[in-house]
Amino acid sequence: MAWLSASAVWLPQVKKLRKILCGGQPENKVRPKMRTVKQLAQLYFTAKGMHRLEKQAIVSLKNIAISFDGEPVLKDFSLDIGDKEFVTLLGPSGCGKTTTLRIIGGFTRPDSGDVFFKGRKITNLPPHKREVNTIFQKYALFPHLNVYDNVAFGMRVHGKSEREIKSKVSDMLGMVNLQGFEHRGVNQLSGGQQQRVAIARALANGPKVLLLDEPLGALDMKLRKDMQNELKKIQEQTGITFLFVTHDQEEALSMSDEVVVMDKGAIQQIGTPLDIYNEPKNAFVADFIGESNILDGRMREDYLVEFSGRKFRCEDKGFRADEPVDVVIRPEDIGIIPPDENHLSGIVQNVTFKGVFYEIIVDVHGFKWMIQTINCTTPGTEIGFNIQPDGIHVMHKSEYSGTFGDYSSFSDEMDESVTGTDLEAEGAAT
Amino acid sequence: MKSKSAAFPYLVWMAIFIIVPTALVAIFAFTDRSGNFTLRNIESVGQYSNVFLRSIWLGAIATLICLILGYPLAYIISRAHARRQNVLIMLVMLPMWMNFLLRTYAWMTLLEDSGLINRALNFLGLPSLHMINTPGAVVLGMVYNYIPYMILPLYSVLTKIDPSVIEAAEDLGADGKTVFLRVTLPMSMPGIISGVTMVFVPAVSTFIISKMLGGGSNLLIGDLIDMQFLGSAYNPNLGSAISLVLMVLILICMGIMNEFDENGASEGGLMV
Repeated sequence: MAWLSASAVWLPQVKKLRKILCGGQPENKVRPKMRTVKQLAQLYFTAKGMHRLEKQAIVSLKNIAISFDGEPVLKDFSLDIGDKEFVTLLGPSGCGKTTTLRIIGGFTRPDSGDVFFKGRKITNLPPHKREVNTIFQKYALFPHLNVYDNVAFGMRVHGKSEREIKSKVSDMLGMVNLQGFEHRGVNQLSGGQQQRVAIARALANGPKVLLLDEPLGALDMKLRKDMQNELKKIQEQTGITFLFVTHDQEEALSMSDEVVVMDKGAIQQIGTPLDIYNEPKNAFVADFIGESNILDGRMREDYLVEFSGRKFRCEDKGFRADEPVDVVIRPEDIGIIPPDENHLSGIVQNVTFKGVFYEIIVDVHGFKWMIQTINCTTPGTEIGFNIQPDGIHVMHKSEYSGTFGDYSSFSDEMDESVTGTDLEAEGAAT
Repeated sequence: MKSKSAAFPYLVWMAIFIIVPTALVAIFAFTDRSGNFTLRNIESVGQYSNVFLRSIWLGAIATLICLILGYPLAYIISRAHARRQNVLIMLVMLPMWMNFLLRTYAWMTLLEDSGLINRALNFLGLPSLHMINTPGAVVLGMVYNYIPYMILPLYSVLTKIDPSVIEAAEDLGADGKTVFLRVTLPMSMPGIISGVTMVFVPAVSTFIISKMLGGGSNLLIGDLIDMQFLGSAYNPNLGSAISLVLMVLILICMGIMNEFDENGASEGGLMV
């Protein structure tokens, strides 16, 4: 009896803890992080465990649904954003990331579902009453005001004293390295300078959450890298929660504490940049982040996967015996060795010099692999693949399985124009 | 390399149709009937100073009314759906496609002591209003005829305001009224200046409206000039003198307007 009532109390907490450890999706198995009940109990009762359990989400979206012109953009979308974190929404165009941001900012009303800020429902609150500020994609600076007045705008609207405004504005301009620009007109600034004014303007308002809608898209690469560092530094200094939207996965990986990968209005995976890169959950995430060779395979047993007609040792387990799986191997995890029977081998199709490495496309029985290596080789050579167990990552099949082909082309657009011609010939040749 | 010769036809046009006529007006203004140089024409313009004042006064009132009525309408049109905007703008411009004289005649029929409005009032048992041949009727005519010239520049500027700037203002804490006062209104200032200029200049120098709706007692400068050239008191020299003074007055007003437009944001809207 006692055991039954105890488990009634105990089990929900255990489930909650597992949910946190699984990154919010309890149905996905946690592989290397699986712990025993004893370890879970220890976590629960330590201070660190308590902190993780009690970590309040500063912004919460629950079951948001919205359609534009009859097309659903977000369906039953839920997300928690942790306080003081740098969170990135990452995904291709049209996946709903900007819409999500606008719903949090208050510029778009969801058809159903709720938005919570520090636990309070703000779904119907207009933007000017929310304690969030936005950096728009094209900066949206006020053209009729100079830099000082732009940055002071929010404070003036809230009726702060001119003395307070003056000191805050100079602090903000100092933070973004635009001291002395107070009297410049907005049209006389470069793109990077306008961007920094937009950041100063939003931060001067003292928001708890900052929403950034692809703010670095219009900048050239070196400036973009500098701004990425600046933004990261500002976030760490001020402790403001940053919610960053981008389609550039490098940007997402380099700046974020947590990345939310989205496609077609649904969250595909949430995790730290390292998790997303090393352990993608499905073929979409594997393909979107970095380059990956995605193959059809079968999990023979724990730590043993079969693909391309061979068995390989790997570090994944927890699958059913002989379960069909997607296998991901990153191009940088394949070494080039002389061809032999014990290793996968193929013929080099082309070699591209990328500066940091060579990008080599290899044909293995009609399937085009990509290898990134510092060793040069020439088209036409036969090479062997040296793949270590930790370079192989196994994922469950999903709706995305089979949609990402090989490296005959890099994009969907080229795939569509090629279908029906080369692929048939390749099929015949195998 | 811009080819200067491409500007040649325009220089010829300017010379024939702008410089020469203006010079002729000036010449006529400073000579008398026999061709001698005289300042008497300019001096006699002085006796019509009350007409000048009345013209400027009525013109200013008409411009102000156009602004007060036209701005909200332009704002509403700029916020409507794209397709509806085109329909609404067409409706605003539709009266302009009809003849100016016809429109003014129509107002006469409405405003006369035995006109349509008074007949309707009598039918309802209300007393008649004396509307025709008053300064009010002249202002009404001016507003009716010139309000599209206020609405169109305002509409054009209001639609060009980037909606994300409005969203940025809301995001920073401004409610609807504050957004209008601090963002929309200042950003539409070039449109306001254009509109005011395009209404005031024709309003000051109008002549048919004042004759038809104002009767003989509300003559404006335009009527005066008209009388000198087409009336029985044929005096082209005096007429030219009055025209010259009017032109100088308008230039002064434009200069004052320019002071409000520091950024030169409405360069396209100024008409001389």
